[in-house]
Amino acid sequence: MSKLLKAAQAGTVESSDILIRLIPGDAGTGIKVELVSPTMQQYGAHIRNLITKTLVSHGIDDIQVNATDRGALDCTIKARVITALQRAGE
Amino acid sequence: MEKLRRSMMFIPGNNPGMLQNAGIYGADTIILDCEDAVAITEKDSARNLVFQAISEMNYGTEVAVRINHISTPFGWDDLKRILPAKPDLIRLPMAQGPDEIRQIDEFISAAEQKNKFPAGSIKMMAAVETPKGLRLAYEIASASPRMVALAIGAEDFIANLKTTRSKLGRELLAARGQLVLAAREAGIQCIDTVFSDINDEEGFKNEIELIKEMGFDGKSVVNPRQVSVVHDIFAPTAKEIDHAQRVLAAYQEALEKKSGVISLNGKMIDLPIVARAERTLAYAKATAGKGGK
Repeated sequence: MSKLLKAAQAGTVESSDILIRLIPGDAGTGIKVELVSPTMQQYGAHIRNLITKTLVSHGIDDIQVNATDRGALDCTIKARVITALQRAGE
Repeated sequence: MEKLRRSMMFIPGNNPGMLQNAGIYGADTIILDCEDAVAITEKDSARNLVFQAISEMNYGTEVAVRINHISTPFGWDDLKRILPAKPDLIRLPMAQGPDEIRQIDEFISAAEQKNKFPAGSIKMMAAVETPKGLRLAYEIASASPRMVALAIGAEDFIANLKTTRSKLGRELLAARGQLVLAAREAGIQCIDTVFSDINDEEGFKNEIELIKEMGFDGKSVVNPRQVSVVHDIFAPTAKEIDHAQRVLAAYQEALEKKSGVISLNGKMIDLPIVARAERTLAYAKATAGKGGK
């Protein structure tokens, strides 16, 4: 998958979850991650990297991500990004 | 001693908070649920989350996944996504006959080969929830060497019987009895249905005592509070352990004396009693330190 067809989201704002919204970006605009997290200071960079890495591993180059974190573990962040990607590519 | 499955605890497959803590309550098996606990619109979300959770969490206990039935639009997709994470066990709901067990067995075999997992390492169990499933329970239980247990799903079963669930459970007596017989004939375990009123501890205990007497190996649970209650009732009592030890000692003594008749406190002991005593001690040993008395 290298191109998103539409905007999509996955996850919730329940505790331990993360809400991921994906919006298709124009070619060449790159991956932009807007993150809100209660653990921004400790884990903000880690969460952004993980979201970016997951997108890159699925061949995504240009995308706007709005993420609302509620203390999600890595496995949850990956799962929510992948689900949003699948929904965007439908 | 076979794998203990006294408590099989359901965890909603789309709830990250519950998934991350699922391993800490001491359940013999956790069942990550992609079926009833997940809204139709979130089936994709749940299977991705369950896949990541199994791949990355170290649960330290047996991990099962309840997939959607393969006749729904979700069942095969659940298997496709989740099998590469190598769950220990796949639980099929609404089992209707041996054919679907064989189809899933073949699908798992292909996934094991593709992912280079040892052949036969992913086990299966099936829940019987309809009169037809109950009639074919032995065929279901013996349809694949992967099958380790049959379970009964009472809510759907009772709806199919056109009755209601009662405290005494008389409406389930025939079904439970038949299910134990089918599982024992096939040489696999038998797991009882959930008890969903988590505040009725007395009713819950009565039900566990009943199913233990009937020969069940364990119970599906829906709340962590229920785990230790099940383990306590399934644990052999000190009196049972003491009796089993004395039976085996008497048996050993008779063997040494080459005596044909064995008795303990004036009661004759024959081989089934010896076998039961051996099972009690093996069970006590296997459950020691794993919850219960």
